[in-house]
Amino acid sequence: MECALKIEQLYVSYLGNQVVKDISFSVERGSLVGIIGPNGAGKSSMMKAALNLISKDKGEIQIFGEPLRKWKKRIAYVPQRSDIDWDFPITVFDVVLLGTYPKLGLFKRPSKGDRQWAYECLKTVGMESFSNRQIGELSGGQQQRVFLARALAQNAELFFLDEPFVGIDVASEETIIHILRDLKKEGKTILVVHHDLSKAESYFDHLLLLNKNMIHYGASEEVLQPEVITKAYANQFSFLQPKGVNVTT
Amino acid sequence: MSIFEFFQALLQYEFLQKALFTSVVVGIICGIVGCFIILRGMALMGDAISHAVLPGVAISYMLGINFFFGAVLTGVLTAIGIGYVSQNSRIKHDMAIGIMFTSMFAVGIVIITMMKSSADLYHILFGNVLAVRMSDMWITLGIGLLVIGLVVLFYKELLVSTFDPTMAQSYGLPNKWIHYALMAVLTMVTVASLQTVGIVLVVAMLITPAATAYLLTNRLSVMIYLSAIIGVISSVFGLYFSFTYNLASGATIVLVSAFLFALAFFFSPSQGLVWKAHKSRKNRLELMEK
Repeated sequence: MECALKIEQLYVSYLGNQVVKDISFSVERGSLVGIIGPNGAGKSSMMKAALNLISKDKGEIQIFGEPLRKWKKRIAYVPQRSDIDWDFPITVFDVVLLGTYPKLGLFKRPSKGDRQWAYECLKTVGMESFSNRQIGELSGGQQQRVFLARALAQNAELFFLDEPFVGIDVASEETIIHILRDLKKEGKTILVVHHDLSKAESYFDHLLLLNKNMIHYGASEEVLQPEVITKAYANQFSFLQPKGVNVTT
Repeated sequence: MSIFEFFQALLQYEFLQKALFTSVVVGIICGIVGCFIILRGMALMGDAISHAVLPGVAISYMLGINFFFGAVLTGVLTAIGIGYVSQNSRIKHDMAIGIMFTSMFAVGIVIITMMKSSADLYHILFGNVLAVRMSDMWITLGIGLLVIGLVVLFYKELLVSTFDPTMAQSYGLPNKWIHYALMAVLTMVTVASLQTVGIVLVVAMLITPAATAYLLTNRLSVMIYLSAIIGVISSVFGLYFSFTYNLASGATIVLVSAFLFALAFFFSPSQGLVWKAHKSRKNRLELMEK
């Protein structure tokens, strides 16, 4: 299989502390990968550093065997909800239209075809009837669907989603996971930062388990074995020790 | 003096025509640039940069060069200085702004006082639109055309980097350079506004019309037009009051814009307090009837 993303020896510091240490893995084209781990495990930092959105101390990132900058415009990133100013004067449709900007380059405005394409993407996520609403008027799940539509409009090869399922309704979550699976079928590669272990196995075919260090990368059922998962979450269960439960790494 | 007499005076006096023309251009560009300033959460930064041009203006004056160059230099240096201090220490952004701009402003006051020209200081600080010279008018027009041109050319990039800087960065837009370019534009707008509203009140022309427009629309493009129109209305009526009652033009222009803001704040169809109160009262009454 073709290797879509390869990360080697990635190290990232935040305010002088190393939050990501020695991460190496590679993702095959057409995979749907969940990035899991406890709070503060460096999941988002890892993703941002992989996209060069924050600076890294060390590390090599390759997309389809080429440097990241060659693929910049073909990578869609869906930010965490807290990173967006929801009062911004922008409509739902215009948010999706932003997805067509990367390929336009400087000075060019979106054409009629671009606008139609953006509308198609909005339809895919089932939000076309909200087209003219201000983005802040929607619910959390609807907002997340709109941002996914923007990523679709970008016609990307790789999709990076940072905590897309936090604080959203069940229907939106199902719509989103359904679309991600369709993308996978089309041969797109998708990475999702996720913190809900209960659904990790049904959502993703591969999992990357982090706790600052890399704990394990592999098929979902392999990573979700108790002896693997406790390696990442062990110190969160240390309070059980006085009760006679021994969780060792 | 009635509006009609003001128009007669306008036809009669060249200085008044120049004043009106300059005010209109300043209203437009402050309105446009102000939209990006407030949406990027840089209202304080706008205040800082506008004050920080003072030493640049003073030094240019001393050297006998056009104050445009000195102003842009000290303005951009201050922006870089603020970024440097807040990124390299525990000093927060607003603290850095407070320290840098007051220091620059103080340097400017010292220089101008040493030059023993307090009358000029008064005009620089508070504006004297009725003394606009031909050369000032051309500078203002030049800056105006440049600003409008830049916003038209880079509208797409400004929109993305303001709304979602992370996306902008991920597809390769140079956010940092866009930021400093905007700072440079901000200093130019300040220079253009020197004579109309003066250094102290430029920030009001940047923030108030844009904030008023922000309450009236959900689209950035519409907001920019509205903000420019509100800026022009403020300038024209402000000039009228200034001329009629012999008041500092900066103050009258800012007061008109503040009045327009108050109107939008209370009566905006979507955001206005009055309609919101009316709607929730209606809802409550309907529930009571049931």
